[in-house]
Amino acid sequence: MHGFANPARFLRLARWLTPLCLVAGLGLAAGALAWGLTAAPAERLQGETVRILFLHVPAAWLGMAGWMTIAAASFTEIVWRHPLAAIAARAAAAPGAVFTFVCLVTGSLWGRPAWGVWWVWDGRLTSMLVLLFLFLAYMALADAAVRAGEGQSRIPAVFGLVGAINIPIIHYSVLWWNSLHQPPSITLGNSAMAPAFLYPLLVATLGFTLVFAGVVLMRMRAILANAQTEARLRRKALSASDDSASGDSARDGDAF
Amino acid sequence: MREVLDPWIFIWASYGVGLGAVALLVGWSWLSMKRAERRRDEVRGR
Repeated sequence: MHGFANPARFLRLARWLTPLCLVAGLGLAAGALAWGLTAAPAERLQGETVRILFLHVPAAWLGMAGWMTIAAASFTEIVWRHPLAAIAARAAAAPGAVFTFVCLVTGSLWGRPAWGVWWVWDGRLTSMLVLLFLFLAYMALADAAVRAGEGQSRIPAVFGLVGAINIPIIHYSVLWWNSLHQPPSITLGNSAMAPAFLYPLLVATLGFTLVFAGVVLMRMRAILANAQTEARLRRKALSASDDSASGDSARDGDAF
Repeated sequence: MREVLDPWIFIWASYGVGLGAVALLVGWSWLSMKRAERRRDEVRGR
């Protein structure tokens, strides 16, 4: 892992990994959604609306995975001072926020026909909404640190670590509190879901995860390129001011 | 009385919002990456 902390080595890897993740991810996600829409049967209790599952569950997983990426990168930044860790954390924030937003909207659209309401303030829905606000706050904090010239500031990293407390709350909320939301259907090594729903769901989750990885790589490349541009422009400005200063002192010397 | 809702309206709305948001995210990320890398190469070439 330490080897990839080198920006030049990371860029060499990211140049071929980015299109690979995007093409494979978009292809798998599109195929799985088409499979779920056309080939999966209507569910016994929920009827046709069960098809929202193939978008809602991957979005929920990636919202939480987005914050886990921020927390892991923040931990790496604080402990090992990896130059790419802060960039990776910043890059994961926007896709994490978008997938959390998609999870909330698709959940609301699923809740109306399934539960009869668009929204309830129960543990699962509220903790997911808190996650969206955490993403927005993290983006504002990281952006402010960069604008203040403190790209390596530890404040967003500490916030990223502290915010991770919300992830187990989201996961266990349906077990800890009474909720309209169903308990988890898939746990490690076990599934209560029929194969007709499980397989397209797993393919959709893999596809959207690859899309997420591709977006994080693109965001990292953009942040790195902007940092390299700023550094080069600053060096040029400094050398230009040094040249003009030496020119002025030479002219002053001629006058004497 | 039981309310009868057309499920497909909710399904298409979900897919529209979800896929639209993902398409915007991928497009914006791609364009901002290309713009940043082009600007870096221009500054390098000066």
